Amino acid sequence: MNGTRALALHLGVLALLLALHFLAPSYHHTNIARIMVLAIYAMGYNIAFGYTGLLSLGHALLFGAGLYGAGLLVYHADAHATLALIAGVLAGGALAFAVGLLALRTAGVAFMIVTLMFAQAGYLTILYFGSYTRGDEGIVIPRAARMLGSLDLSDDGTRYLVALTLFAIALLCNLALVRSPFGRVMVAMRENEERSRMLGYNPFTVKLAALTVSGLYSGLSGAAYGLMFGYVGAGLASVQYSILPMLYVLLGGAGTVLGPFLGALLMFYLIDYASSVTDAHQFVTGAALVLLVLFAPKGILGTIRARAGARGAEWLP
Amino acid sequence: MEFGPFLLLALMEGLVTAAVLALTASGLSLVFGIMRVVNVAHGAFFMLGAVLAWFTAQWVPGPPAVAFAVALIVCPLIVGAIAALADTAILKRLNYEPEATIVATIGLLYILEQAALSLFGPDARPVPAPFNIRLQLPWFGYSGYKLAVVAAAIIVLLGVWLILKHTRAGLVMRATQIDRDTARAFGINVDRVYAGVFAMGAGLAAIAAVLIVPIQQAHYLMGGDPLLLSFIVVIIGGLGSLRGTLVAALLIGLSDGVISTFFAPTLAKIIATLVVALVLVFRPQGLFGTRTT
Amino acid sequence: MSNKLITPNPSRRAVLGGIAAGGALLTTGLGARFAQAQSSAPIKLGFQLHRTGIGASYGRWYERTATAALKVLNDAGGINGRPVEILFEDDGTDPKRGAEVVEKFATQHKCDIGFGTLFSHVVMGSAPRAGELKLPYFVVSEGHHVASGALNRWTLQPGITDVKSQVLSMAPWVLQNLGKKVTMVFPDYAFGHDHRDYFTQAVQANGGEVIAQVAIPPTETTFTRYFPKIPRETEVLYHVMVGPAVLTFVKELGEFYGTGARPEIFGFIDSLEAVNIASPGLEFLEGTHFWEGHPRYLQEGASEAELAYRAAVGVDDTGASVSDPADVATYAHMFSVWETLFAVKAGMEAAGYQGPDDRQKFVEAMEAIAAFDEGAEHPQGPKVFNGKTHQAFGLQSISKVEGGKLKRVHQTTMEDGFYPDEVDYTTMSF
Repeated sequence: MNGTRALALHLGVLALLLALHFLAPSYHHTNIARIMVLAIYAMGYNIAFGYTGLLSLGHALLFGAGLYGAGLLVYHADAHATLALIAGVLAGGALAFAVGLLALRTAGVAFMIVTLMFAQAGYLTILYFGSYTRGDEGIVIPRAARMLGSLDLSDDGTRYLVALTLFAIALLCNLALVRSPFGRVMVAMRENEERSRMLGYNPFTVKLAALTVSGLYSGLSGAAYGLMFGYVGAGLASVQYSILPMLYVLLGGAGTVLGPFLGALLMFYLIDYASSVTDAHQFVTGAALVLLVLFAPKGILGTIRARAGARGAEWLP
Repeated sequence: MEFGPFLLLALMEGLVTAAVLALTASGLSLVFGIMRVVNVAHGAFFMLGAVLAWFTAQWVPGPPAVAFAVALIVCPLIVGAIAALADTAILKRLNYEPEATIVATIGLLYILEQAALSLFGPDARPVPAPFNIRLQLPWFGYSGYKLAVVAAAIIVLLGVWLILKHTRAGLVMRATQIDRDTARAFGINVDRVYAGVFAMGAGLAAIAAVLIVPIQQAHYLMGGDPLLLSFIVVIIGGLGSLRGTLVAALLIGLSDGVISTFFAPTLAKIIATLVVALVLVFRPQGLFGTRTT
Repeated sequence: MSNKLITPNPSRRAVLGGIAAGGALLTTGLGARFAQAQSSAPIKLGFQLHRTGIGASYGRWYERTATAALKVLNDAGGINGRPVEILFEDDGTDPKRGAEVVEKFATQHKCDIGFGTLFSHVVMGSAPRAGELKLPYFVVSEGHHVASGALNRWTLQPGITDVKSQVLSMAPWVLQNLGKKVTMVFPDYAFGHDHRDYFTQAVQANGGEVIAQVAIPPTETTFTRYFPKIPRETEVLYHVMVGPAVLTFVKELGEFYGTGARPEIFGFIDSLEAVNIASPGLEFLEGTHFWEGHPRYLQEGASEAELAYRAAVGVDDTGASVSDPADVATYAHMFSVWETLFAVKAGMEAAGYQGPDDRQKFVEAMEAIAAFDEGAEHPQGPKVFNGKTHQAFGLQSISKVEGGKLKRVHQTTMEDGFYPDEVDYTTMSF
């Protein structure tokens, strides 16, 4: 019983997104495609932060790994986009594993700073190899190279469906992960590391695995972003892009599978709406964040889940 | 340029960086140490100090030195008051939960940056230095004001140290740092202490900004770098250890000055960044912190 | 209206000329002014504005320039007899938001075109989306990315010369008049690398030598420590910095050289855009040289078009806002917004543009344009437009700081800035 409710809800959301493909006006159609891609990134962040308690400030490094892993292959080696997408995912996972090996020796604030430093080094590396990356200006992936098999990623309709497919895979894997025994160990690690250690789990291994999965997600999102929207640039690997998924997750609800998507969606429309009504739109964004933590500190879905009591967790794992 | 003078210049530059960094970071360190709060808006308070210094320079008549002296007193007070307000109105209600405070201070950062953009504008604006003395060394020229910044930073830091070690306020702060509940049991108004500490931290950032603004101009996005560097310094120095913060500021400031003078700058930055990360990896408690877990 | 637009469609020009000639029309009502229109619905132009973020100094002035140009355009009868309106959308100087703004123009506001983007990374992030949405996209970034072939058939730059041409056209004068041994100081990212590559190439071609290249990390806010890397034997110091720290850079350079011997200094005005040259600490700039896209200080014998443009955008003879002398314009670059708007007008009129269905015809008409004459619509000077590379070429100014003002000492010729085509967009599909 427990599982079916959550599964029904998540499948319902996916069905709704599929319906929007036919119903949404074209402006929102393109936006939702982009939001789904970025939501994969936020989901990855959530696996590390929301479930395992690893507050990283350096995820832009992993997003950037996917972005450049895919982008440089296509741009310089004329690689097939499918291959590039896979390479981007692996680059994100591999880099997360490597960073994890070192950074997970620390915890708390030190972990934040170490990840931040690694990401900053990554960002500067992109600039340093400007002759390949064109640094901050970045590179445009030619349209002809953006073909996933016979699927033309520069076409709005195809892009939406590919984004939805990747998003659906990521979402369902996320759901399966958090309901698996390993998912429970991740949460146990977040709640009480000492106790889980006594239960026989190695915190380092668990966290490293979670971080690597998080890296795979981030890499997928970065690679998909580059191939779908045709742009690969250092700005997308800068520190703002480490903060972004954190905001999405905290807004939507940390430790909920749907939270990252909801957060990305609301954040986008908040900025979009604010900038249409006022020049001072950063003020609106800032005030919204402050009000959010004051009145819904667990994020939207987190708050709903807490209010709903025992039944909440059945719907929103 | 010959090696000797080259090194001298690098060291002087490093010293200026270190001095300003030490001031900014000690503010962050206080907040960190006593309140256990990660204040992402710390850089925004720094920026606010610089922007207010520009307004002061516009409004106060007479020679630049007078306006500068006024700014040095008024700006930290205003910034401190804003910080105290933010603490009471927002952070206190969040019960200083780490994640909530991060989001709240990011929100605060947006609000303060937007306020600066709307009221001060997007341009970088210069503030005249209180005096213009150029030291012409045999090999290169150097700004006398920059050396004065170093001296001023040392005086302010000495003041902070005296307050913490030798006044009742300092005693109360330290007591709160060690055990907030016991402090409360002894009749200490913890809420007021926190508001005061948050204000003092922001005020220190503002002082640093007022000192640096004749060298670097006020700009509404100028808070990013000081925030990052202060974070690094505080962590490397060891959480809550003011002495560690100072030593780390000196270390980072000087090495930044020297390394980027002698190596390909961007590569040097990459290496320096990785070194900081690795120091923390192998000594997570920082250079002067004690391991708590 | 002495200026004439070179368009392949004389009949339409004649119609418009007729409208414009009747100066009295300016004072008549809207209905009469736009009487020639087949559809009186306004033409909607989306302006991608750097209102926040690192480009905000420029954005403010670009918005003012666009608004002023729009008024002149509408007062003269709009485009094809239709009124024109501009929708300003903030892109936060961010490539992701930039792409979203382009989508907003194309699909939500149903704009006819998008234009006005300055920062290269925003152009690069947005151009692919503009191409996919078939939205004509006019940039003013000076970037070589348009003419290099990196973008697409829908992206054009008719309002300002690209950096490669700017640099090539000035190198001969710099080497002949300032010195042969050059040291370059530039930011260590794409914009700086363009300067490094093209100027070094031009220096070698003109018998000079670049003896050192000092790349400064983009995160830097203080610069003194990099100056010792400038070799003693340097004859010309070439600097080009952008961003909020530029004033620090120039001041520290002054402190470093001070009263001692210094090389000739040649800089891109980018290092001082929106900054008052009379700022404290900048006295040492006296006698140094700058590239200017468009001279900030009113030059002797300025054309009537220049005077009218300056008045329209609200800039005084020193390059500051008429309402606030401390508010210095981004004068060397912002003409590009004005001229782009009138280039769009020329193209739309040549194409007989009616609405979004004519976008392809419009781009083809743009590609057929060969030049823009100097005049009220192109106050910076004449432009040659290369329809194959989608890039405009214009005249560059080299100015010297004399008595705290920038005085033009040299203007390049059109031919100085030409280089072989690197792409032919007209062969690409839409």
